[in-house]
Amino acid sequence: MDLLEIKNLTKSFDNKKILKGINLKINSGKIVGLLGKNGAGKSTLIKIINDLLIPDSGKVLFEGKEIGVYSKEHISYLPERTYLDKSMKVNDVINFFSDFYKDFDKKRAYALLKKLDLDADSRIIKMSKGMQEKLQLILVMSRDASLYVLDEPLSGVDPATRDYILDTILSNFKEGASIIISTHLISDVERILDDVVFIDNGKIVLSSSADELRKKEKASIDEVFRRMFKC
Amino acid sequence: MEFTFDNNIPIYIQLLEYMKIYLISGVFKCGERLPSVREFATTFKVNPNTMQKALSELESMKLIYTERTNGKYVTKDNKLIEKLKDEYAVSLAMSYFQGMKKIGLGKADSIKYLEGIEE
Repeated sequence: MDLLEIKNLTKSFDNKKILKGINLKINSGKIVGLLGKNGAGKSTLIKIINDLLIPDSGKVLFEGKEIGVYSKEHISYLPERTYLDKSMKVNDVINFFSDFYKDFDKKRAYALLKKLDLDADSRIIKMSKGMQEKLQLILVMSRDASLYVLDEPLSGVDPATRDYILDTILSNFKEGASIIISTHLISDVERILDDVVFIDNGKIVLSSSADELRKKEKASIDEVFRRMFKC
Repeated sequence: MEFTFDNNIPIYIQLLEYMKIYLISGVFKCGERLPSVREFATTFKVNPNTMQKALSELESMKLIYTERTNGKYVTKDNKLIEKLKDEYAVSLAMSYFQGMKKIGLGKADSIKYLEGIEE
């Protein structure tokens, strides 16, 4: 059984078709890059996977079951923008996550905070935007999920932070779990990807193993992407 | 150490190169136990699956072997490592001569240049 199966998914906002029949299967143990230009439909797709938007038609199955309580127990989602209540302290959020998710590993969260020299007693509102984003990532990666869905984890960060983020992702995801990373900053993430999925104009236009694509096109994924979507 | 990867070449092939150099230079010695796939992946900052693929290649070349549940070890056969070293040295020498050929220098001249370099 596939970990995640997306069948004929469509979604429109007003009269604009954002997703035009998406079909996609994701197996266990893979890091998949969901790559597309701004406005290609990446975030809409990700929000549907996380049950935050309802599709017009089509289905998303997680371990064979329709998206719902069960999938939320096992999918760890990093949204594009942090949703943390800024009046809370770091400790409060950790307790909150720990109450909410059975698979949340408090010890790991505290170890990661320590590495960042982040005082667990500080209020989120007092932290810089970059720190808040790192905290959000720590929360997401401290879960022993079967699937991590990361929406643009690298946008708007400096190169050192980019390394930190990739490192945190790689060293903390549960063995055998899968990761979906959506991004338009391809060159920064392509070396950690097993598979790549190109999405354009609401459709999946290419789906391949990253190394096979490199071999076939004799170019980096970034280069293949640029050629394909030249403006 | 920072590892750099060329995005134009499959990552596992580049990992394989790094690993070969580790074996040749004795960072990991004959019969020594290797770190886990995950530890390697963290060091190189790559996907564990890609690391696994590189290690499988090394295994099919008999340079490392898996001991059931204990993990992976460097081959006990020093000859294999010596052979690898020899092949590697030949390929480095070849690329040197090819480079010299491009600027019109033959083997004898190239060797003279080599001898002129202080170590």
